[in-house]
Amino acid sequence: MIFEQFRILHYDLGSRRGKIVHHEGRNRYVGGSGLAALLFHLYGQPGKSWNEAEQPFILAIGPLTGLFPLMSKVVCAFKSPYHDQYTESHGGGRAALAMRFAGLDAIVITGKATKLSCLSIGANHIECKNVDFMRGMNALSSGKLMRRMFAANAGHRSILRIGQSGEAGSAMACINVDTYRHFGRMGSGAVMGDKNLKGIIIHGDNDFDQPEGDYPKLYKRLYTEVTATNMMHKYFDLGTPANLEPLNELQSLPWCNLQKTTDPAISAITGETFAKDTLLRNAACSGCPVGCIHIGYFREKSLQANRYHFHQVAYDYEPIFAAGSMLGITDSFDILRVLDSLEKVSLDAMSGGVALAWATEASERGLVSENETLVPLRFGDSDGYIKAAAFLGKGINDFYKILAQGTLKAAARYGGGEFACVLGQEMAGYATGELFFAAQSLGFRHSHLDTGAYSWDQKNTDKDVDGAVDFLMEDEPGRVLLTSMVACLFARSVYTTEVMAECLHSAGLPGLAASLDESGEYIRKLRWQVRFATGYNPDEVVIPKRFYAVKTWKGQIDREFLDRLRKEYGRRLLEFKVPIEDPSDDKEDSCAH
Amino acid sequence: MDQCTGCHSCSLACARLIHKKLSWTCAGIRIESSGGISSGFRAIRCLACDPAPCAEACPTSAYSQRKGGGVVVRKKLCIRCGACVPACPVDAIYENARREVFVCIHCGRCVGFCPQNCLDYEEMDSIEEVLL
Repeated sequence: MIFEQFRILHYDLGSRRGKIVHHEGRNRYVGGSGLAALLFHLYGQPGKSWNEAEQPFILAIGPLTGLFPLMSKVVCAFKSPYHDQYTESHGGGRAALAMRFAGLDAIVITGKATKLSCLSIGANHIECKNVDFMRGMNALSSGKLMRRMFAANAGHRSILRIGQSGEAGSAMACINVDTYRHFGRMGSGAVMGDKNLKGIIIHGDNDFDQPEGDYPKLYKRLYTEVTATNMMHKYFDLGTPANLEPLNELQSLPWCNLQKTTDPAISAITGETFAKDTLLRNAACSGCPVGCIHIGYFREKSLQANRYHFHQVAYDYEPIFAAGSMLGITDSFDILRVLDSLEKVSLDAMSGGVALAWATEASERGLVSENETLVPLRFGDSDGYIKAAAFLGKGINDFYKILAQGTLKAAARYGGGEFACVLGQEMAGYATGELFFAAQSLGFRHSHLDTGAYSWDQKNTDKDVDGAVDFLMEDEPGRVLLTSMVACLFARSVYTTEVMAECLHSAGLPGLAASLDESGEYIRKLRWQVRFATGYNPDEVVIPKRFYAVKTWKGQIDREFLDRLRKEYGRRLLEFKVPIEDPSDDKEDSCAH
Repeated sequence: MDQCTGCHSCSLACARLIHKKLSWTCAGIRIESSGGISSGFRAIRCLACDPAPCAEACPTSAYSQRKGGGVVVRKKLCIRCGACVPACPVDAIYENARREVFVCIHCGRCVGFCPQNCLDYEEMDSIEEVLL
């Protein structure tokens, strides 16, 4: 049932017409990252701005989606409002299986709706509904309403929606996926907002005959492997917040806008503390038995005596760093309150938290005043951040509007660029050392998951520039292959190339199984080519001064080593700056829907 | 079911192992959120009626009463009339676009695929209380 051809829905919001397109090239583009890059090459306008109507918004799954455990994510690709270049963001929830059971390898959305709209897609229907009454509605309320409006297939549909930040065009706006997951970084929410698209509802309302042969046996083996190994323990029990304490000990956890990398107050916000005090329950992406989603709660007192209500908020290592240590907040419930505020306006938690950390230091230094911030911003003061997160999401004044376009953009206006914690985009929570700083600054998604640099930093003390950059270059194609399948990267130890080849064989794709290594290399190159075509220049990347002042377990950051890493990694990436060869052997076959 | 994470592993296993399908709905057990993921999950499944209204509604004896509750399914006898679907008081029978119907046959194959131990496979006599 997984076909050699890709089956793609292209929907144009301007004409309100859809088209099913079949495309060759499974063995070369695989799916996910590879398919998305191909689709941007075919539909995108590299030289035009991200908010031109014809720019595509792309969702893509992989050939193993829904067939094997943890093959449960979706690649969202678009021209980013953050840097006006091609990028990807990855999300989970139910979106991947919903696309699989809707019979679609990818969805490409172009054009702009004339009114705020929701697009509902299933195996047998496409419907674009006017939802102008949802304008200004937060992401959580929007989700509730969409569940009522598109009631069919409860539990077997995925609801993607944006809050106010997406409507306001914030470059930090995320897309909320099924309440607790996100296409988080690089402003995907603004792309939906610019297209006047408040929500996308994907109904997984079809079924397929399963592949014949060894498939059920292989599924059982992999299911046993992922549930019996320590993966369950690592990601289910405490989850990624288990890393807060060790990184704090390694002097690698950013605190108070990266003014320090360790603090004894960590004990109040460790994975154990969150689990003991705030954890309500776990949830899972569809098709993943691990269940890494940790949902915490906080109680809110109303104005009347003895009246309470409670809120549920997903937490992870990165959001706790961004809305916790980075803002100097050391109460687990307060961190959830800030995350809830970011969630409602659908701001990416990492970007929003890091931007507010910069705003706090800018306030302390007198670069901005309450005239700009509207509320006093002080490290540790969660009440101020709860309000500021909403102001940032809504772009309530000039200051918050420009900050929502990126911390460095605000710094260019108000000063303070030297302490802006930006590595290509607002930093992820790893002050592990020189290689991570260079890798996030230059990486394809500017994500800590582009390569294993943060892990390399924690294991290596030598200053071998070539060896370190070799590691980045060799690490990338394997990850690109996983994000083309589209596997959760937590499963990278299980899905080796050999195992993926077995899976593809059992799914009836022996050609792809035989060409995985070449496909990984090809897609890595293609992604970079597409990025370069949209204007990427590694020589323009600047690492702010604050990163050079960081002290980790290895001591003070070595300025010369960091600069040499940045230059060498940039030089290697520039080798991909060659024109994209036309996909001449790939034929397209389309029909109106 | 309080521990259910909504991973759908049980439904996918039933579809795969019993019905030879790749599906999260063509299965004897289906997981739905009860009003969004915030409200937790529920398993839609046969609660083993005896007598079973679906068996009574079936005009071809494709569904017949199973000893101890539920139904014995003989797919070859099914004419895809769909009469069993509305007869089920707990909405446990799923009908796909090709009008094939799917119901739990109480085989217990899904139990081993629940990573959270939400599911048990027991004789009716030994169950103190049926939990949803």
